[in-house]
Amino acid sequence: MNKLANKTYTYYFLLPAGIVYFVFFLLPTIMSLFFSMTWWTLTDWKFIGFENFVTFLTEPSLNIGFKNTLIYAVVTSGLKVIIGLLLGVFLSSKLKTVGFIRSMVFFPTLLSTIAVGIAFTMMMHPSQGIINIVLSGLGIVGPDWLGDTKIALLSVALVDVWKGIGMATVIFIAGIMSIPEDYYEALMMDGGNAWHKFKSIILPLSRPAMNTVIILSFIGGLRSFDLIWTMTKGGPGFSTDLIASIIYKQYQAGFFGLSTAGNVILFILVSALAFPLYAYLNKKEVDL
Amino acid sequence: MSKAVLSNPNSTPIVNPKSRVKTGKKLWKLFVETFSVLATLGIFGIPFYFVIINAFKNSQESSLLNMDWPSSFHLIENMKEVISARDGMIIRAFFNSVMITGISIVLLIILGAAAGYVLQRKVTKATPFFNFLILAGLIIPPAVVPTIWVLQEIGLFKTMPGIVFVEVALNLPFTILLYRGFMVTIPKSLDEAALMDGCGRFRLFINIILPLLKPVSATVIVLTAVSVYNDFVNPLYFFPGAENATLQLTLYNFMSMYITKWNLLFTNVLLISIPPLILFIIFNKKIVAGMTAGSIK
Repeated sequence: MNKLANKTYTYYFLLPAGIVYFVFFLLPTIMSLFFSMTWWTLTDWKFIGFENFVTFLTEPSLNIGFKNTLIYAVVTSGLKVIIGLLLGVFLSSKLKTVGFIRSMVFFPTLLSTIAVGIAFTMMMHPSQGIINIVLSGLGIVGPDWLGDTKIALLSVALVDVWKGIGMATVIFIAGIMSIPEDYYEALMMDGGNAWHKFKSIILPLSRPAMNTVIILSFIGGLRSFDLIWTMTKGGPGFSTDLIASIIYKQYQAGFFGLSTAGNVILFILVSALAFPLYAYLNKKEVDL
Repeated sequence: MSKAVLSNPNSTPIVNPKSRVKTGKKLWKLFVETFSVLATLGIFGIPFYFVIINAFKNSQESSLLNMDWPSSFHLIENMKEVISARDGMIIRAFFNSVMITGISIVLLIILGAAAGYVLQRKVTKATPFFNFLILAGLIIPPAVVPTIWVLQEIGLFKTMPGIVFVEVALNLPFTILLYRGFMVTIPKSLDEAALMDGCGRFRLFINIILPLLKPVSATVIVLTAVSVYNDFVNPLYFFPGAENATLQLTLYNFMSMYITKWNLLFTNVLLISIPPLILFIIFNKKIVAGMTAGSIK
């Protein structure tokens, strides 16, 4: 039977998927390691060693992307974890309005980033935008959300959280729902209250869900492009440039080698942070 | 009655303390429910309302960017103008988007199911390697210009097959993960029985396994539809040119074109959000289940 199984489950079935994956993803990724070290026009190339990397890391208008990308990823994933967990706990309750709120929170996940970006750019208009008009009604002078170099990045990060929180929330809900009722009953017998329930049952037992949210949103944050490009195009100045938006700018300017070096740097950054994070979070899960 | 009890607790000697606690809890629950709905409406409802109401206005009123009720309704007019802009650009974009999404879905189902099936059924020394490739595909950001170079070398740059293959390649890892996960629930004895009956290995997959994978295929359809339809960055790089517009690219270009006619921009945003809305209404539960299924294990 084993022989038969070997013949039945032939790796030929992998071939079509393998070819597409190799040609359109793996091959470009491998080639990027080489082309990042060239001066490149797509038809012609000249090997220049690590020059592109040096430029990318020393030019202030380029290396600002690192700091911004890290800030963006940490802020968005941190907020998604905290808010997602709280919303998840709230929406796992038996309140009547849960269904409605869950739908409202989740719907933006399905919308296009461009559409969301446009709507919020308008709402964040410094003088006419609805957000600042509401704030001024409360006696607060709202900031220039997207025009102030100090807060523009955070403004976009908040919109990112608005759009992506539904995903984090449903993952937490799935995690919390999978906790058996017995645990709560046992806790209630011992006289535990809602806070104990959260701290001693929900928090540790929704750990797999939390790990998933951390990894997904952190990687997503590092790779972000659409929203920042719609809302600020990296501006004002370079204050909201992310690595991904710099890659696009260099590509537009025709610096293909430099753009590819940016890609390799992003690749290294994402791998260097995501793989260990993945291993660490999975290990912690086992310890519990 | 119960409300009065709570507002004036001193005058309620008849009600025993236990039921007073109950009333308090009920009121608290009502408060939480009301407050949470209002907060949701404020945070998530207002942006929707803002876009919709401004799509109804004329350009003068929409330029104020407020949420006042429009003095007259121009939605149909706005739609006509958006659709006819740049010689019906949006219609061509709609056609392109639907084609790219549709073909990607079909390819992903076939390639993903075949790969997930074998990867679950056959565990060999190569399995960790395949797992690594899947993980890599989920984590690594695609290399942009080298992909353009590859597409150009094989003559698919700026073509629909080119963008479709890129979308398929990028969505394959997660799709395979979904299929592989579901294959666990299909007993191996079924395969054996079919083989005993003289079923060939390709017929086994196509006639027996594939139909059983329907629930995952439905998930793949919904997830791919959302991700490919909404994709902006890949068409931006690999499918440029006026002829090739997709809906997301068109919307992005309209942003600079309608700098003074925000009502048209909002109408465009509204039009583009209709397909996801329909999908959401029909498949709400399925989407949530699918998105969490693959990720939580």
